[in-house]
Amino acid sequence: MSALEILGLSLLALFVLAGALGTVLSKNLVHSVLWLALALVATAGIYVRLTAGFLAGAQVLLYAGGVITLAIFAVMLSARIEGGPIPNESAKRGRGALVALAVAGLFGGVLLQADVLAPRDLPVVDAADIGRSFLGEYVLPFEVLSVLLVAAMIGAIVIARREDP
Amino acid sequence: MNEIQFCLLLAVALFSIGIYGLLTRRNAIGILLSIELMANAVNINLVAFSRVHGGAAGQVFALFAIALTVAEVAIGLGLVILMARTRKSINVDEARDLHG
Repeated sequence: MSALEILGLSLLALFVLAGALGTVLSKNLVHSVLWLALALVATAGIYVRLTAGFLAGAQVLLYAGGVITLAIFAVMLSARIEGGPIPNESAKRGRGALVALAVAGLFGGVLLQADVLAPRDLPVVDAADIGRSFLGEYVLPFEVLSVLLVAAMIGAIVIARREDP
Repeated sequence: MNEIQFCLLLAVALFSIGIYGLLTRRNAIGILLSIELMANAVNINLVAFSRVHGGAAGQVFALFAIALTVAEVAIGLGLVILMARTRKSINVDEARDLHG
């Protein structure tokens, strides 16, 4: 890796981690959602660095576009129902930090000792290859996924709708 | 340390931060956001490994994971709104009806 590439990747990682920390530490729930948006968009940048351009687009479209919008809607709706801003305090921080550090130490330690392969000069997987995989090798999961999405959509409507018509 | 190992370490950090949020957040939306972070870490892993392995499988599975997470969030936020409507609070510690 050249110095410029290392710098770019480190910068992206910094944004991802800053967004993630903001998400779990912010006192304001709306700020939490916006920090999550930063983390997810920076992750799309990481995907671009890993030559997964189509996935980066899908990430921005679905996560940063869809999930963040949904979350903001949910925050606003439940704040209106609750009548006031939603408390976003954290509890039991010590125990949470202990578990998180244990997980990080375990996985990180294994990873640092492992002999990770370097990226090779493989042909870049573009959107056409992904489309061929979806409609070829993975056509059954793809169709099942569309049924699942419809079921989830109907389920969300049924769960969240008002009882009195 | 090469590019792949760097991305895997980033995913570990992201996953741990997600676990911290999952364990410490008390309102349901905060918990869902933490789960998003953890799912995102898994996707970074999938894409990083697909960069070493070659072929479309890694990216296809990451796309499946993204779609599943979006469906999960839609249902989860629907449940949050239902909880806010029935209990006037989305604090998960107060939802103890099945606690016995």
